[in-house]
Amino acid sequence: MKAVVEVENLSKLYDLGAIGASSLRESLNSFFGKRRNGSTKSPKEAAEPKVADSRAGPTPNSFWALKDVSFSVKPGEIIGILGRNGAGKSTLLKILSRITEPTSGRAILRGRVVSLLEVGTGFHPELTGRENIFLNGAILGMKRAEIAAKYGEIVEFSEVGKFIHTPVKRYSSGMFVRLAFAVAAHLDPEILLIDEVLAVGDAGFQKKCLGKMGEVASRHGRTVFFVSHNMGAVRALCEEAILISDGRVKMTGKPGDVVSRYLADSIPTDPDNEGEIWWDIADAPRGDDVALRGVRMLDKQGRPRSTFEADKPFTIELHYDVLLRLRGARFSVILLTQEGEIAFAATDHLFQSETQLPGYYKTTCFVPGGLFNRRSYVVQVQCDIPGERTVFNHGCLSFNVAGAGNQSSNFPETWPGVLCPRIEWKVEEMEPADKG
Amino acid sequence: MAELTGESKYEIVIERSTGWLKVPWHELWDYRDLLILLVQRDFISRYKQTILGPLWHLFQPLLTTVVFVIFARAVGIGTDGVPRPLFFLCGLLMWNYFSQNITTGGATFVNNSHLFGKVYFPRLIVPISIVIANLVAVALQAIPFLIFLGYYKLFTHSLDDVHLTWLILLLPLPVIQTCLLSLGISLWMSASTAKFRDLVHLNQYIVQIWMFATPVLYPMSIVPIRWRWVNWANPVSVPVEAFRICLLGRGTLDLHEIVLSSLFTWFLLLSGIAIFQRVERTVIDTV
Repeated sequence: MKAVVEVENLSKLYDLGAIGASSLRESLNSFFGKRRNGSTKSPKEAAEPKVADSRAGPTPNSFWALKDVSFSVKPGEIIGILGRNGAGKSTLLKILSRITEPTSGRAILRGRVVSLLEVGTGFHPELTGRENIFLNGAILGMKRAEIAAKYGEIVEFSEVGKFIHTPVKRYSSGMFVRLAFAVAAHLDPEILLIDEVLAVGDAGFQKKCLGKMGEVASRHGRTVFFVSHNMGAVRALCEEAILISDGRVKMTGKPGDVVSRYLADSIPTDPDNEGEIWWDIADAPRGDDVALRGVRMLDKQGRPRSTFEADKPFTIELHYDVLLRLRGARFSVILLTQEGEIAFAATDHLFQSETQLPGYYKTTCFVPGGLFNRRSYVVQVQCDIPGERTVFNHGCLSFNVAGAGNQSSNFPETWPGVLCPRIEWKVEEMEPADKG
Repeated sequence: MAELTGESKYEIVIERSTGWLKVPWHELWDYRDLLILLVQRDFISRYKQTILGPLWHLFQPLLTTVVFVIFARAVGIGTDGVPRPLFFLCGLLMWNYFSQNITTGGATFVNNSHLFGKVYFPRLIVPISIVIANLVAVALQAIPFLIFLGYYKLFTHSLDDVHLTWLILLLPLPVIQTCLLSLGISLWMSASTAKFRDLVHLNQYIVQIWMFATPVLYPMSIVPIRWRWVNWANPVSVPVEAFRICLLGRGTLDLHEIVLSSLFTWFLLLSGIAIFQRVERTVIDTV
């Protein structure tokens, strides 16, 4: 079977000197300064510039955003692309969608490409929903007749039917996103490139979009590239995954393996830092209005720990700054196994006040004992405003669960399952007569 | 798999391109629907929030004409024997078209950096759509001109020697030249403003000064011989004057001026396309 996407030694050199001083600083920060530990400077931190060296270009102010990236993709596959911020995922996607040219190497795409680096690109607030469907569809490469043929389906999928003749500036953000995604979902491309767009919209609609993407790939034999921080989605949807780190392909393989490698790489394993992590305001996971300042995992005695007894409770504290008046935000902790399967997620939404004024806050999650299995887990912290936007979603800490298990067995065996809750059993010897 | 092999007419090779004139002509054709929709968008979005809507097109040249008439009276500029309002309205038709094209089209990359950073389509579509959308404005601006023309023809004797001649058939030529010329210049300006953002401000002054070097406020005939080279060097002079000749039969143009200006137009257009395509390939890395 002929590969539908072939990428050979694709490289992209960015020349930072060509831009003004302020943007130069920003770029440097965003590419090299993403190290998350702000408060403690360990020897490992000092060694950080090495990463930069490996990406340094031929001149002092240039660096390789991508270096010798090669892979190929068979038709009908869904490929997940994982990597930290600044690893080069977006650059790769921008080259594949022809927004910018590579410096060297090449890529061959066999089929009609549609890239969705953002939902609602080119939407004009003054135009009605209907007018925007046509405009947006055309921007994404559809013919007028194709859009007209799909118009009914798009309106139905978007669930904004009644307001289709209203200018989109009057839409709620949820409606806007639904309409925009509906257009994109009906493009019917042979190769679909998607970047993080599913981080928007409410959960129900996200699920619908993921379903639509899966359907596109399986039913129509289309190829989907999917860049996301949503590891659950990558695991559930993708058949192959590529891990990009420092501009290079670090690993390709089954999504489960790649996700676990990604998680293992992305969580700092600094021994001084066990059980807690703090950020400076500058490089904290954040939005404009809220910034995560620290995450701690504490045992019953209130000591930061990264290993817990299976049957003992512990707490997860999230420390954050509200920078601007914040409405309807909630914090969640998502606990994943080292392999990227979600064990469970919990949110403070019901305990959270509707409006938070600027200030320093702490939200604490009390995790009961007798819940986890004996394995390694990862804590992701997410802040979102339901139905509106995800402010950030960030892998923060990893921890181990050890000690006597909950599985009512004294053998030190690993029990299957992402969790292993303590379950009551009762064994009785019965009288034969009772059998009836 | 039959589905895919059947449609394998799409094969895109992405690599660093070399060479200057690599214009995706067939792609431009494939995206013709987008061109139409962009024209429509420009038009709708520009007037939806204004009370007068497209009527602004009628008022704007009228207001400018009033100012010009007052000024011309005070200074005493001749208008080749054409009533002043008619003369100015006629010149402004072409000049406004030209200046609007280069002010909006000249910042294509700067104004659309967000869009260009998110999706691919042939970038040339955007300046082309601007030039076409503004043509609709010209058609609207022609209405007050025609009203004045009718008034002077029917109710006064000042236009008795002005007749409809075969020259009216040549009217599309100066319009097309203005269109191509302003497209070429806006491509040059887009490419340069993308690299050097400050030029956006400079361009506005260039347009203002440019008008005085163009026979809008005065006829070519009153330009002293030793200053005629300014009009030769200014490629937009010829279509503005030619437009007036075609409509009113008044004006001064030599054949060599027309030839020079046409050559200049083609040169600016082709080199503009080349430089635009050159910049377009990696512009998003710097904008």
